Amino acid sequence: MTRYALRRLLASVPVVCVASFILFWAVRATFDPLAKLRQSVDPTGLRRETVRLGLDRSLPEQYLLWVKGFVQGDWGTSTRTGGTVLPMVGDALGTTLQLVLWGVALAVVLALAIGLYSAARQYSAGDHVLTGLSYLGVAMPAFWFGLVLIQVLAVWPKQQFGLADPPLYFVGLHSVGHGGFDLDYLRHLVLPVVTLTVGLVASWSRFGRATLLEALSSDYVRTARAKGVPRRRILLRHALRNALAPFVTVVAMDTAALVGGLVVTEQIYSIPGMGKLFLASLETGDVFVLLPWMFVVAVAVILFNLLADLSYALLDPRVALR
Amino acid sequence: MTQPTALPAPPPPVSVPPTAPGDPRISRVVLSRFLRHRLAVASLIVLVLLAVCCFGAAWIAPYPRNAQNLLEASQPPSGTHWLGTDSIGRDYLSEMFYAGQLSLAIGLGVALLATLVGTAAGAVAGYLGGWPDEVIMRVADLFLIVPPVAVLAVSLQGLGPSPLTIVVVLSGLGWTLIARVVRSRVIQLRHQEFVEAARVIGASGPRIVVRHLLPNLTGLIVVNVSLSVAMAIILESTVSFLGYGVQPPKSSWGNMLTQAAGLIGTSQSYLLYVPGLAILVTVLAVNFLGDGLRDALDPRGRQR
Repeated sequence: MTRYALRRLLASVPVVCVASFILFWAVRATFDPLAKLRQSVDPTGLRRETVRLGLDRSLPEQYLLWVKGFVQGDWGTSTRTGGTVLPMVGDALGTTLQLVLWGVALAVVLALAIGLYSAARQYSAGDHVLTGLSYLGVAMPAFWFGLVLIQVLAVWPKQQFGLADPPLYFVGLHSVGHGGFDLDYLRHLVLPVVTLTVGLVASWSRFGRATLLEALSSDYVRTARAKGVPRRRILLRHALRNALAPFVTVVAMDTAALVGGLVVTEQIYSIPGMGKLFLASLETGDVFVLLPWMFVVAVAVILFNLLADLSYALLDPRVALR
Repeated sequence: MTQPTALPAPPPPVSVPPTAPGDPRISRVVLSRFLRHRLAVASLIVLVLLAVCCFGAAWIAPYPRNAQNLLEASQPPSGTHWLGTDSIGRDYLSEMFYAGQLSLAIGLGVALLATLVGTAAGAVAGYLGGWPDEVIMRVADLFLIVPPVAVLAVSLQGLGPSPLTIVVVLSGLGWTLIARVVRSRVIQLRHQEFVEAARVIGASGPRIVVRHLLPNLTGLIVVNVSLSVAMAIILESTVSFLGYGVQPPKSSWGNMLTQAAGLIGTSQSYLLYVPGLAILVTVLAVNFLGDGLRDALDPRGRQR
């Protein structure tokens, strides 16, 4: 299994290289990182910076220079803020991972609960209601749902009841002067986590229902029924265990997409994570932040996809990885 | 397209596969199966109504496009303005219809272009195999790594956000999905008897793909068109919301939402619900329509 994992990781190296070069080329072709400097009165500054950043060389050369620095741990400085890139990306990743962690945990619990209920009571009134809701959840644009939540759960109660501050915050993850895990953090967390959870719960619960139903119609479940195993035990020990392998795979793959995919959620709630960093860097053509950003996101996607395959093999002993 | 089999015979008349859509009996079965799917029929009616209202806005909308009346700015819904007016006195219902033109057109355009490109790429990759397959699928893999919103923002920033580039860029993202599906289905089918038979009587590679393989994928392709429409409408509204999509003076439901987002907490916050609900209803209807079409077109579907 270790050999399989290593081979998969090696195979993804060229893909990451090609993707990062395309991004490098696309951003450099459309942006001038020295735009600010061109208006400066000091005529030597432009020349100096051009040479210092290596912008006088050809694009492939510049790219290779960047890769060299990147591998050595020198991720360069942001042309937007002037700060070093490594801690910038690190902080953003930490913030985004908090959202991902809470969101995925909540979504998995809800999706499994809904899936189990719907599969146990297929075509009941409750199943129909949940199916309808999941259609809504899939069809809803996430950013619109987020805006509606802000209006209905934060702004409206504040205005209606004349509160000093809204019951749930919608800017950032901490108030000024707060930090760590406290009530303030939770009040900031609820809205963004719910926003990102809705779509996940909708699609994961559909998927869970389908795989559970497939397991419930199999021969081993019929055998268990014939032996007189109680319904609850059949559902949890026989059906759920077998449905878990594909479910975990889907969860891991969707989670991978979240690391760089929370652009809209972070924008709405002004959370300084990877998505916000991407937008801010793109607006200013900050290629030295965009490249590491893409690299981190790509690595996250590759790792989570690998995790998906490995967990499938662990949960389903019939699958052998070669 | 290259020709994998080199049998030097003129293309003889070949029997049409049993699921070809041209057969009158088959299309009657498909139609009756579709009509039995009540939700899909209702969705079709909703979509037709929406399309008529949006594309017929010049005749149907109560006020002309962008007609401003500052004396009637920021009014709540009333008999004269059913959905009220925005901050520069435009009738919101009329604006919704006109904005829908662009949202629906982009959705449909993306679905058709992405499906066309994806089907062609998937069919070529699946039928030829070997290095064309390898190249096409590796390119498709590239799109898995980078989040779609990021690809969209970078390329729209570079190419400029005209509706045409939005369609091209969104299709550039969407083709990979259908390409994968078509490829795997073509690989399943390419060694079946009816394909071998066509090859033996000397049908060319392109002819086998177009006349024998693709008709068997009709259901898949139609369902994918509906899925892509839904995806494109949501993605368009998202990038427009982020400021990289449709730019004012042009309007779509996405950038109407951007403007309404600024009204949160004011007495006009209800304007937030209208474009969002329009998107929601459209996407829901398209998804239900897709479900109905899949059930109707699936050749191995149950005869209900």
